[in-house]
Amino acid sequence: MRAEFRTRELLSTMLVFSLLVVLTFNFALQLDRMARENVAAGVLWVTTIFAGTLGLNRSLAAEKDRGSLDGLLMAPVDRSALYFGKMLGNWLFMLIVQAVVLPVFSLLYNLPLVQPLILLSVLLGTLGYAGVGTLLAALSVQTRARDVMLPILLLPVAVPLLVAAVQAGGGVLARREWSDLSLWFNLLVAYDTIFIAVAYMVFDYVVEE
Amino acid sequence: MSLSNRTLQILNVLTVLLLVVNTALIFLYAPLERTMGEVQRIFYFHVGVAWVGMAAFVVTLVAGVLYLRTGNLRWDRLGAASVEVGLLFTFLTIVSGSVWARPAWNTWWTWDPRLTTYTIMALIYIAYLMLRQGIDDPNRRARFAAVYGIVGFISVPITFFAIRIWRTIHPAVIGTGSETAQGGFDMTQPMVVVLLFSIATLSVLYVCLMANRLQLEKLAERVEQLKARILSA
Repeated sequence: MRAEFRTRELLSTMLVFSLLVVLTFNFALQLDRMARENVAAGVLWVTTIFAGTLGLNRSLAAEKDRGSLDGLLMAPVDRSALYFGKMLGNWLFMLIVQAVVLPVFSLLYNLPLVQPLILLSVLLGTLGYAGVGTLLAALSVQTRARDVMLPILLLPVAVPLLVAAVQAGGGVLARREWSDLSLWFNLLVAYDTIFIAVAYMVFDYVVEE
Repeated sequence: MSLSNRTLQILNVLTVLLLVVNTALIFLYAPLERTMGEVQRIFYFHVGVAWVGMAAFVVTLVAGVLYLRTGNLRWDRLGAASVEVGLLFTFLTIVSGSVWARPAWNTWWTWDPRLTTYTIMALIYIAYLMLRQGIDDPNRRARFAAVYGIVGFISVPITFFAIRIWRTIHPAVIGTGSETAQGGFDMTQPMVVVLLFSIATLSVLYVCLMANRLQLEKLAERVEQLKARILSA
């Protein structure tokens, strides 16, 4: 993970990819002002999901290719520590990407995206995504068709997260009451808790051998 | 896990008989529903296959947990077979539901929470099968499949919950009248009897398909062993 910060290859890929997706959406959807407000949260999360898949794949594939995963497994640390390390690393990457994408996004789309509640939804959403994504990426890098396997495994499982995050973000943009929104934030917290707990319990079996 | 050939044959015959009786009950015994008419008869089949589809994935979940606990490949075979059979029932549910929805709701498809969740669930288990195909080592395949079977299953109720509150918060989307149409008729006594019989029959069909599927697996393994013996000799 430290190595990743040195090369910055993954981070820059995720960043450029995210920005490209944001731009592509602009051309694909003919976004006028009304449409922009309605779909902004959706565009943001589709971007996050795809860039996240890219990042998750690379982060574990690189470990596998370099053989450092075996090294890490031999290290006298708890396997779950490995999971949390990987997950926090992936989460951090997603947050760094978001830190750049959010301001650019709000600039290009002329929307107030940098505000506390949206940041909270991004924080919680990416946490859950990194949590379940790290587990499934650890699975998929050990399969034959590994680059295409991760999205197939991850996207259907991440649907509730996507729904909750988009609704929370969209609700904030539409200036809804907290009583309307709290439900979505609760759901995000519940998803994060459940899936990180499950991933923590089963991660041992994924990296065995 | 596997039955002898004889028991399997008896089970096969029994299943066919039950299916025939079930069809007869649905078309001859069950009363005609007043508002929807004949098309409502698909309901007995639809609810039955939907129930079995869900139950099959519960079997996969339990088998996955048991495999991770015991490391016995038998559980893995059970889980995988249950996904294959379960997917069959899931597609039957979606198709029979569409056929019913066309006259009842005047559309083949609505983004109703139950429908959407069911479809996403089908996609999860298709992914499960693809994951299995991508791994050669049987032990690793079993472990990964068990893990994904657990993660996938847990996400299903959360998906349902998320989509349901999403739809209730946005009243504009509900307009299709799906909620009222769904609980839209009261069942009379004979209807309940036929429904229960149908569910039981389709459950037996599930058990029968599973038994045959596991038998097939066993035979395939025998073939592999024999091949290996011939090659080594």
